[in-house]
Amino acid sequence: MELLPTIWFIAIAVLWTGYLFLEGFDLGVGMLMKLFARNDAERRVLLNTIGPVWDGNEVWLLTAGGATFAAFPLWYASLFSALYLPLLLVLVALIFRAVAFEYRGKVDSERWRTGWDWAIALGSFFAAFGVGAALALTTTGLPLDANGDRDGGPFAWFNGYAVLGGLAVVAFALVHALAFLALKSDGEVRHRARRTFVRWVPLAALPMLAWSVAVQFLSGKPWTWALTAVALCAAAAAWWLASKGREGRPFMALALFIAASAASIFGAAYPVVLPSTLNPAFDLTVANASSSDYTLGLMSIVAAFGLPLVIAYQAWTYWVFRRRVSVNHIPAAHGFLPAIASKVLAGADGGAAGAGKAGR
Amino acid sequence: MDALEIARWQFGITTVYHFMMVPLTIGLGLVVAIIQTLWYRTGKPEYLRMTKFWGKLFLINFIMGVATGIVQEFQFGMAWSEYSRFVGDVFGAPLALEALLAFFVESTFLGLWIFGWKQLKRGVHLACLWIAVVGSLFSAYFIIVANSWMQHPVGVEMINGRPVMTDAWAVFTNNTALVAVPHTLFGALGVAGAFLLGIAWYHLWRRRHDGIDTVGKDGRLIPGSAAIPGRDKADYNVWIRSLRIGAVVAMISFAGTAFTGDLQGKLMFQQQPMKMAAAEAACHDGTGFSVLSVGNIGGRNCDDVVAVIEVPGILSFLAKGDFTTEVKGVNSLLPEYQEKYGTHLPDNPLYGDRAGKEIQYVPVMEVTYWGFRMMIGFGGIAAFAALLALWVTRKGAVPQARWLMRLAVFGILAPFGANAAGWIFTEMGRQPFVVAPNPDMNGIDQVFMFTAAAVSPGVSAGEIITSLVVLSGIYAVLLVVEVRLLVKYVRGGVASAMPELAHAATDKDRDTTDDGGTPPSAGADDVLAFAY
Repeated sequence: MELLPTIWFIAIAVLWTGYLFLEGFDLGVGMLMKLFARNDAERRVLLNTIGPVWDGNEVWLLTAGGATFAAFPLWYASLFSALYLPLLLVLVALIFRAVAFEYRGKVDSERWRTGWDWAIALGSFFAAFGVGAALALTTTGLPLDANGDRDGGPFAWFNGYAVLGGLAVVAFALVHALAFLALKSDGEVRHRARRTFVRWVPLAALPMLAWSVAVQFLSGKPWTWALTAVALCAAAAAWWLASKGREGRPFMALALFIAASAASIFGAAYPVVLPSTLNPAFDLTVANASSSDYTLGLMSIVAAFGLPLVIAYQAWTYWVFRRRVSVNHIPAAHGFLPAIASKVLAGADGGAAGAGKAGR
Repeated sequence: MDALEIARWQFGITTVYHFMMVPLTIGLGLVVAIIQTLWYRTGKPEYLRMTKFWGKLFLINFIMGVATGIVQEFQFGMAWSEYSRFVGDVFGAPLALEALLAFFVESTFLGLWIFGWKQLKRGVHLACLWIAVVGSLFSAYFIIVANSWMQHPVGVEMINGRPVMTDAWAVFTNNTALVAVPHTLFGALGVAGAFLLGIAWYHLWRRRHDGIDTVGKDGRLIPGSAAIPGRDKADYNVWIRSLRIGAVVAMISFAGTAFTGDLQGKLMFQQQPMKMAAAEAACHDGTGFSVLSVGNIGGRNCDDVVAVIEVPGILSFLAKGDFTTEVKGVNSLLPEYQEKYGTHLPDNPLYGDRAGKEIQYVPVMEVTYWGFRMMIGFGGIAAFAALLALWVTRKGAVPQARWLMRLAVFGILAPFGANAAGWIFTEMGRQPFVVAPNPDMNGIDQVFMFTAAAVSPGVSAGEIITSLVVLSGIYAVLLVVEVRLLVKYVRGGVASAMPELAHAATDKDRDTTDDGGTPPSAGADDVLAFAY
């Protein structure tokens, strides 16, 4: 067994799990901006539940990507280049989503806000779907040649697994966000979120479980089959606890669900990091795709200190902002009297209309 | 155009664009942290106002840096998979460490700063901003370590045709990085300095124009007050202090970039002599620095270029620190490069259609020559303007001339231009290599990679064109949105970032015309107003 590459395979699986767990709910909250919130005050409640933390959550994606580059350059190169167009879609989605969070409240105009709301909702959807599709494909295989390059056209990667993985992450993000809102918001939003969660969680867990089972059939081991069963039980527990009116425990049950699902999927795929559907001899594995032990050792030392520190201060952030957010906390949206009125921006409304056009 | 050319355009456009947002983030973040520290220490209200106002503009810009930064990490793998495979062992580590040790810190602590005005104690709140700013400095360090390895590979051995890291200390203390990091950080400060100077000048000018401030007989400014929220006497202090801080920061920046740039230039003459010869459009060996060269500089045919004005000795000083050493020109360097690294690209399928083609060792001299001069020129102009601005405003007033105000506002662009020109120069000057050979290296100066071999073999030109068009289009639209928002909030003045100033005024009105049960007063949760 290759010790350091195996450690880094586990580390990358942990980073992806952290990403799905954390950004999962803020991607879901983004989608719920259009699917769940009924008015602008509710949308602002949703935004403010994730406001202080979404950017930190997104860094888990960057770290997972960077760690893959550093620890398994061949995996990174093959996966990212083979999935060129879907990852472009993810990038566009993440760009719009990030900018929308920041700019949505900057102009007091209905059109402006509605436009950015769509950017948040669609950006969250495509980011979740694309990441899910990419992860599903790296665990089920891509048409790679001996050099690790994609054989076939720009859409040669497309198959049912990609759709399944995309759906799995989207559905998980949606219910995870509902559980998060039940925990983080107050008033009508809180209770409606929990009720909606109970209604949808049995269905929403299915694609993730299906993906996990599919990977088990491809390359499962007894212990990874067991993890799939754990994931199933965790989803059932989340549903049962929420239907009893609990708020914190269903969220933790979902955490177990995503951790067990990810562990069952990555564990079953091990030691292959990216299978080739053309020829098993072209598979990228922890052994043939990894960096040198020197590089991995260096990164292990840094990560051993760095990652716990990250978890500690991110946890502190959640503690600082532990207060529930409700409609009552949301101040009226206020335009401001500009210090300087001018032809370009004649008053607050003129500015809003002018900038609103730019946002379209 | 083939995939390589398109991929290079894409990398250039997305990177230069990203690096519009980054220096403003780094520089302005540092300035806001200093201002908030002044507020923490002195409790003066104008420092709080400055923190909020500049902090707001900082955040409008910061998010664009975040959004465009993700593209940077992804596109190495997407468009440059052969590059990623070749260098991953050594190049991936600084990128991973940047995410782990810098991005997490930046994003998490900035979130705490944005939303934590009420939840955190004042000192802790200030510390969060400082931690985020230090995170951004670390981020600059890690990414420049990665870039410097491409300029000057160190700390590796070739094993099975790939460079493998054997000495992390050498990689992370690469002398190229140690001078490029401060050079970049001083460059970022210059952007922030001009930003403060231009915007503060505009507001001071506007206050005089609107008749709020007047100038006494002795030429000293007499601050006034208008019945508009936020345009009181304290508002004057906000802008005059911002102007002075901006001007000082701009001058420190120029001194710093000049000093570190000189060190960097001396290194570059050793490490990439061809880049520096091309920066001079210097064909023949000599000692003179070209002030103006004419001829077909872009033609890469050296014999066309004639130096019209040349200052003897200066080039030697830039390269070696004396006035007499002959610096090699393109005509002497070319045969050296051809001898060391070959005259034609290898006949390897990796190079696609370009396999076996002749290697063009001379960078596009039009770009290197003018890029080098624009970098220095824009930086110098900005610093000189800052010095003039300090002198002109010594009595606290800006002149009433509209054209001067416009010049100050458009002057904001100069350091952006200097930053972009510098990067375009150093990256295009490295061509045809994506990893430039290290001439000092003992026995392993074969660690290099031609850009022609770096692009993803499995990705079609059509895919890269798609991404180039999509990303450039989105970036263009978002630039318009960002600039319009910045303009809106600049014109809004301090009250745009501190609604409590405006609502303090309206709440007073409300006492007399009580309109009963209002929803939670807009001033009640300013934190949310500051953010979403």
